[in-house]
Amino acid sequence: MIWGNRLEEKALNKEFIRRIIPLQIAAILLALSLSAVILTILSISPIDAFSLILSGAFGSPAKLAYVLTAWAPLLLCSAGLLVTFAAGLWNIGIEGQVVMGAVFATGLMRILQDSLPPSAVLLLAALAGLLGGALWGMLVGGLRRYGSVNEIFGGLGLNFIAGSLTVYLILGPWKRPGIGSTSGTEPFPPSLWLPGFKDFQASPIEMILGLIAIASVAIALRDTHFGLRLRAVGMNMKAAFLKGVPVDQDLFLAFGLCGALAGLAGWVLIVGTSARHNLYPLISSGYGYLAILVVLLANLKPFWSVPISFSFAAISMGSLQLPLQRQLDSSLGGVIQGMLVLSVLVINGIRSRWLRHEG
Amino acid sequence: MDLPILIGSILAASPPILFAVLGETITEKAGVINLSLDGSLLLTAMVGFVVALHMDSVIAGFLAGMVVGSLIAFILAFVSMTLYQPQVATGFVLTLLCRDLAYVFGKAYAHIPGPQVSHAAIPGFSDLPLIGPILFDQNPLVYLSLMAVILVWFFFFKTQPGLLLQGLGERPAAAYVRGVDVTAMRYLYTLIGGAIVGLGGASFSLMVKPGWARPYGIEGTGWIALAIVIFGGWHPIRAAVGALLFNALQTAANLLQSVMPDVPTQLFSTLPFPVMILTLLLVTIGNADWTKRVLNRLPEGMRRFLIRTLKALQTSPPASLGTIFKKE
Repeated sequence: MIWGNRLEEKALNKEFIRRIIPLQIAAILLALSLSAVILTILSISPIDAFSLILSGAFGSPAKLAYVLTAWAPLLLCSAGLLVTFAAGLWNIGIEGQVVMGAVFATGLMRILQDSLPPSAVLLLAALAGLLGGALWGMLVGGLRRYGSVNEIFGGLGLNFIAGSLTVYLILGPWKRPGIGSTSGTEPFPPSLWLPGFKDFQASPIEMILGLIAIASVAIALRDTHFGLRLRAVGMNMKAAFLKGVPVDQDLFLAFGLCGALAGLAGWVLIVGTSARHNLYPLISSGYGYLAILVVLLANLKPFWSVPISFSFAAISMGSLQLPLQRQLDSSLGGVIQGMLVLSVLVINGIRSRWLRHEG
Repeated sequence: MDLPILIGSILAASPPILFAVLGETITEKAGVINLSLDGSLLLTAMVGFVVALHMDSVIAGFLAGMVVGSLIAFILAFVSMTLYQPQVATGFVLTLLCRDLAYVFGKAYAHIPGPQVSHAAIPGFSDLPLIGPILFDQNPLVYLSLMAVILVWFFFFKTQPGLLLQGLGERPAAAYVRGVDVTAMRYLYTLIGGAIVGLGGASFSLMVKPGWARPYGIEGTGWIALAIVIFGGWHPIRAAVGALLFNALQTAANLLQSVMPDVPTQLFSTLPFPVMILTLLLVTIGNADWTKRVLNRLPEGMRRFLIRTLKALQTSPPASLGTIFKKE
């Protein structure tokens, strides 16, 4: 049975490369042309804008380091979302889970930074981040399970609550001595930063964590009983329940796992090499939502979410140059990313609707 | 501040969210979830303001908002109902995309003054004691949004096409058997819903929060509106009550802020969100399987009371909400 599935999967992969890849390329071209139309309306040369984004992402080692620093939390969030999406869940609450990870990590570091060696503090803070995100994620699961509150709205509300909690902490109990401002808490000393290279401000630890997360999720979903059950739940919850899958328990686990990985991303946003090293409002900076787009674009495939999250990190960081160099809003990066996902949806739809009987 | 003025100010701030909630209620009643509400409101607010500014006409601004709103709805309808792609995913992508489009196109128009809808007291009525200042000394949009609530209610429950609309969301197969082109009708109501949402967006930038900025300050309202649709049980009047309650809550938060100056202001602006989750919990908890078991263990009188309260609050969506109708 299992071998049969594997073979089938291989055949599907070949099919994927032969037929799907050209369509994905068509989708990318469609997205780029739509973005070019928008730029032309704004009377800005598309070539100019695209090359600005590229040079903003890869123009210097420092810029590449920024891209890599943005890539790490995106990888972690994507890994988490692969779990919830496999179970058919819309974890829009991921933003709040990132925030709570950052809050828990900050809290722990504030308490222990003077009494333990830095490496121990960093490690414990990572665990605190995992815990904070997991708890916030399971809260969404609990609202859904015991209150029948749809996870989209439960998660969304919890995002806002996590945001206001951060503001409260920054202006209240954790405010900087003398000046209580929304610029954030007192930054942590460099001993509590993840070690980077001398001339390259990106830590390999962040990226390795992100890649390990994606790989473990891929293996867990494909090869473990838990993964199989989750996918069964995702395909047909009622059938899975009738077949004896502990649906409730698995849904909680899925939310908890996704929240934990998002919480780890929150930790990276505090201790990461290019981070601001403090807690500030909106610390999640949309990484969670962006990861939703990544996973949608990757069509829930772990492997593809690696290069896609990298290019999304590059687009996001590269477009930060736009307002500095031209009269253009940095949201153009978001427009390109959104156009990409929308184009893939459209092209996929056209393929399944009209090209099905060919070839 | 005395009560009539307070209620009047709540009503004055309500058209955007009332229109958004009404538009989405119509769309969802037909069985379609348009999750792009938050981005739609921002983009239509921006477009409405910019068009009104260029053409020096608020009417043109509102029309532009409606056109853009139904354009977004059309993309959602096409991708989900013609191309069979997941509706929630499409709506989510659209909400982020429209938000970013609003920021990109709106950049040149941030913080500049422009036209806005002026006040229009209804002569003869506005001097009435108590209800005069509440109801008849308002912006034309306030009158329009309140009338729209009644109109939608009448259309849903008192007309033949309204009955058909409910059928689209509840039992599309039955509607199809009776000769209705389900997909075409769903397109129609999605577009109408989108246009009304666009009216809501434009009433932000041309009335409640004149102008444009980044951030504009209404980010998140669309999500609240989606939650109010659930709270309203897909019933226009109940949804309108929900929208007004939400506005009352925001006003209360502002008042509380002036009473307690020590608490950071940012905290009050998020106050409505926990309340939103709690109210959603209240209206949906009756659907959970464990509530019945727990209730059965309670003493008779208390049980009856609780069941009656939960029943009154409980809402459940149109049976075919979010599913795509395919004729075999």
